[in-house]
Amino acid sequence: MTVLIEILSWATIIGGGIFLIIGSVGIIRFPDFWSRLHAASVTDSLGMLLLMLGMCLQAGLTLVTVKLVVITIFLFITGPTATHAVANAALVSGFLPKGKTLPIEEKKTAGKILRRKLKSSSKVKR
Amino acid sequence: MFVVAAIAVIVAMLLVLVRLYAGPTLYDRVLAVNVFGTHTVLLIGVVGFLTGRPDFLDIALLYALINFVGTIAVLKYFRYRAIGDVSASSVKREKAR
Repeated sequence: MTVLIEILSWATIIGGGIFLIIGSVGIIRFPDFWSRLHAASVTDSLGMLLLMLGMCLQAGLTLVTVKLVVITIFLFITGPTATHAVANAALVSGFLPKGKTLPIEEKKTAGKILRRKLKSSSKVKR
Repeated sequence: MFVVAAIAVIVAMLLVLVRLYAGPTLYDRVLAVNVFGTHTVLLIGVVGFLTGRPDFLDIALLYALINFVGTIAVLKYFRYRAIGDVSASSVKREKAR
């Protein structure tokens, strides 16, 4: 039984490491900020999940596993939230994906700011 | 096995640092810092297991909390040019921009 858990934890940890590297390579190679968001969330979700699962298997049913589960849940919630916050901040500041224009819609401050930016129609390239 | 995981995390961190340096826009850099923070959390966890000291996980949890708050603070700063309470003056400055 323990050999099975050993193999399983070994496989998930290596898998987690691989997905981390895949996500990081994706962050480098993707052409546009908006596609890099996807690569970043690969590491935040799957890479982290597999690695933590492997460590949980390694630690067995102890306090360590409880801590690992707490960290995993927290990261699983805040990872995508942070990525969304970055994307939203970029969008609101007028940094739009190539060739995309935002529909003029009645959103609160973000909408007003955006409409002023769209009116001035200057492509904000920070 | 944990050595391999630690190496993998470190390599991933170096790759993200390349994007952090090369990132054309500000938001690439904020994204890279956020992913780097997640990698740090994982590295602390793996090193904790590597050296057989499970109490590293408290540090990892704390770092995860701070990393998230840091990312949001940076975004808020670049949005309103102020971190404190977004008072009317900064909103006015926002309109004037």
